[in-house]
Amino acid sequence: MNSLIIVISVALILGILYMIFRVGTLVSIAKGRKKETRVEPDNSIHAVLFVVFMIVSLVGFFWYSYANFDRYHLPIASEHGVRTDGLFWITMTVTVIAFVLISIVMFVFVYKYQYQEGKRAKFYPDNHYLELTWTIVPAIVLTILIITGLRAWNDITSPASESAEVIEVIGQQFAWTARYPGKDNQLGAYDYKLIDAINEFGLDLGRDKNTYDDFKSLELHLPVNKEILLKIRAKDVLHSVFLPHFRVKMDAVPGMPTQFKFKATKTTEQMRTETGNPNFNYELACTEICGRGHFSMKMNVIVEDEESYNRWKASQESWLKQNPDYLDKVPAELKEAAMIKAGLQEATGSVAAVQE
Amino acid sequence: MATTDIHIHHDTHHDDHAHEHHEGNFWTNYIFSQDHKVIAKQFLITGIFWALIGGVLSVIFRIQLGFPDADLSWLKPVLGGWINVDAVTQKGSLDPEFYLALVTMHGTIMVFFVLTAGLSGTFSNFLIPLQIGARDMASGFMNMLSYWFFFLASVLMFISLFLETGPAGGGWTIYPPLSALPQAISGSGMGMTLWLISMALFIVSQLLGGVNYITTVINMRTRGMSFTRMPLTIWSFFFTAIIGLLSFPVLFAAALLLIFDRSFGTSFYLSDIFIGGEALAHEGGSPILFQHLFWFLGHPEVYIVLLPALGISSEIIATNSRKPIFGYKAMIGSMLFIAILSFVVWAHHMFVTGMNPFLGSVFMLLTLIIAVPSAVKIFNYVTTLWKGNIRFTSGMLFSIGMVSFFLTGGITGIFLGNAAIDIQLHDTYFVVAHFHLVMGSASFFGMLAGIYHWFPKMFGRMMDERLGAVHFWLSFVGVYMVFFPMHYIGIAGFPRRYYSFTNFQTFDGWADLNTFVSVAAIFTLGAQFIFLFNFFYSMFRGRQASANPWFSNTLEWTTPPLPGHGNWPGEIPSVYRWPYDYSKPGAADDFIPQNIPYSETPESNLPHENELIKLETSNGEGAIIIEGKH
Repeated sequence: MNSLIIVISVALILGILYMIFRVGTLVSIAKGRKKETRVEPDNSIHAVLFVVFMIVSLVGFFWYSYANFDRYHLPIASEHGVRTDGLFWITMTVTVIAFVLISIVMFVFVYKYQYQEGKRAKFYPDNHYLELTWTIVPAIVLTILIITGLRAWNDITSPASESAEVIEVIGQQFAWTARYPGKDNQLGAYDYKLIDAINEFGLDLGRDKNTYDDFKSLELHLPVNKEILLKIRAKDVLHSVFLPHFRVKMDAVPGMPTQFKFKATKTTEQMRTETGNPNFNYELACTEICGRGHFSMKMNVIVEDEESYNRWKASQESWLKQNPDYLDKVPAELKEAAMIKAGLQEATGSVAAVQE
Repeated sequence: MATTDIHIHHDTHHDDHAHEHHEGNFWTNYIFSQDHKVIAKQFLITGIFWALIGGVLSVIFRIQLGFPDADLSWLKPVLGGWINVDAVTQKGSLDPEFYLALVTMHGTIMVFFVLTAGLSGTFSNFLIPLQIGARDMASGFMNMLSYWFFFLASVLMFISLFLETGPAGGGWTIYPPLSALPQAISGSGMGMTLWLISMALFIVSQLLGGVNYITTVINMRTRGMSFTRMPLTIWSFFFTAIIGLLSFPVLFAAALLLIFDRSFGTSFYLSDIFIGGEALAHEGGSPILFQHLFWFLGHPEVYIVLLPALGISSEIIATNSRKPIFGYKAMIGSMLFIAILSFVVWAHHMFVTGMNPFLGSVFMLLTLIIAVPSAVKIFNYVTTLWKGNIRFTSGMLFSIGMVSFFLTGGITGIFLGNAAIDIQLHDTYFVVAHFHLVMGSASFFGMLAGIYHWFPKMFGRMMDERLGAVHFWLSFVGVYMVFFPMHYIGIAGFPRRYYSFTNFQTFDGWADLNTFVSVAAIFTLGAQFIFLFNFFYSMFRGRQASANPWFSNTLEWTTPPLPGHGNWPGEIPSVYRWPYDYSKPGAADDFIPQNIPYSETPESNLPHENELIKLETSNGEGAIIIEGKH
């Protein structure tokens, strides 16, 4: 019944609109059109509307951008983020100035030079000086923007330092996992063919001793003010690591490990104070379409001072310790060393050194 | 700067013999027609059909995004199993995989079927012979094939919308491995297969058309129509066709390799994949390869979409300002540079893919260079308006709107082309705002402007100007209301292709703006129905048009109001001047069509034009033509 009423109402409204249109057409035919004018009688309405549009949109743009700044500007929590955001706002200043000027000129021209009966336009086909000017000036401005951008880009993408904290982030449908290198500070090798329901990393326990003490985390813990090198990979399809507050983004590609280095400058606690939100958490989001769960691949990120971070690291159990069945994969002669390295067994003086 | 070109003119048009009287039947006249005007209308109607579908798809997914708590079970009669009804709350919501399929198909349809085929296919076909003074295209048969391949491609793409496993769902960019593995998303099954076949046919259509456009422009211009007397529309279609010819085959290659990976066990794009509980055998391939191949077409493609709109707007703005387009040669030069540069900037879509950062530097440099010719074009449009005598026809309104969108959208490109800034903005709604304004809406408005402007020549009747004005203002404001808020959401980091934003505290503060955008989108789609009514109604009951209702200079307006097969009933007019003699000082009227000899306008000739009068008296054979300024 309801849908019938809606359908009839819509049909009625459309019918009325059609009537208005037909009446309007017939009236203008009855009035007759003066052959001398080549322009609609309401031509000037548009000139006025463009000016109104210009004013309303420019005022609206500035007001909204200013009033809502804190909504769209995420606080910056990394070192390079300060730089890239700086570039963003410089570009914004330059482009907004150009945009406002050109818009105003265009809409003012549209208003000022609306059709006037008996008036002739100006035959002005070209002006080479003007063309040269407005080719060269934008070229110079853009060159400056390019150069500053290039310098930032080169610094951001340059190799990480030797002492960087290496952490692996793995994307899959539809979750992120982190793998830490453990006490030896070396991430163990992996092979995708070894992945199974338990060995989600594909740890190559048979061939790399560094795998023994790697541990898994479902939260990304990061030390503040220390260079971090994220090693990024994906298991199934393309994903992308996006840490919005840190201005970090890098695709996770199956078959091609990628990386991104950065330094976090604010702990989670500091951000909670800064935003006034005690429940604030940094988050990692996926930004490469990866299937039905693309929008829900969230990983919490916790930034803490170096001491807390080290304590957290030390308290984590290695993957091998949590899955001792996989000791079978370790070569027999290395089993004891593996157990020690994984924390399954205390080192005794008689056992050969674990460090390799 | 005058360049002098001296050549012997030979009368090369032998068209009168080619078109003897042949009656034809309904099928050869209206269905499998080889007349460029009929083919143009076929492209137009198909393009409008697809635009409607593409728009409806976007409204469906915007309803989900803008009203995430709403019950969408009322869509079940249309979308069936794609609406999941929660067993407990009885709340209906869009299936997340179908959401991605909608986004994918919206992009594919709009970019390829509407703004490439619908825009280039319509106007290149319609205008090239009419504006250069030819009876038809170089090959009417190839032209006909180009439409019917497009039709076939359309049928397949349309069918894919109704598959049980859904249409392709990997984004319009269809990156593997997602698009290569049916187990990764259901749309990568038959939906993706149909997408690939459809696109292969589509590419064939584009190549057939493109070859025709280029050949016709080079070979079939009428007497006196030198390259520098061609309207800017033709220049834009010419460059567009060249770009297409060079870049579409690369997409074909990318698609072919994807077909191999999907169906024949190859590993061009696949390596080290563990999915659905098994490690796949593919090794050695790289998803980055696909991205390079795709974007090698993908970037020129956006200029294929944009250049015709720029050409159309140049013509319409000049005509309706009653002024020459400012900087005609600079406009050609900037289109040429855009065309060339478009081939060397593709990897700015790939800054954060993990490719070598050095490549990022190279592509950033080249990308920011391409902003210069684009800026020149905007300045030239604005200067064309200066001291004009502006008539706000519907075509003019949409052309001005196009310039506005091109400016706004182009500005945000400067951010995205800078790799360091792009780190934060890539794959966010900032990108969505950028391309919808600079490419989507600008080209769409260019297309609409062209339809309003050339409707009288296509159908012999006028569209209603008041409805056109209402359509413009609702659409212009509507488009800005849809896409401008997306800039803010994007700066805040909100990622693209997200079904909802409530899973992350970082992104969940944007409910109000998302709802606003969705409402604006529904409203703007609604406004398009005004156009649809106007278009079809006027076709049958519009006011009869005169031959030249806009008092324009170009050759198409010298045909009868509804040109028949062969375009001109008698001789094809010869051309004596460039198309922009508007408001010439001393002239009787404020326009002088291209086919009026200088000998007939002594009162307004510039000095060098008086020299050219001598050449007009010869019968054309063996005359020495010196091309100076125009």
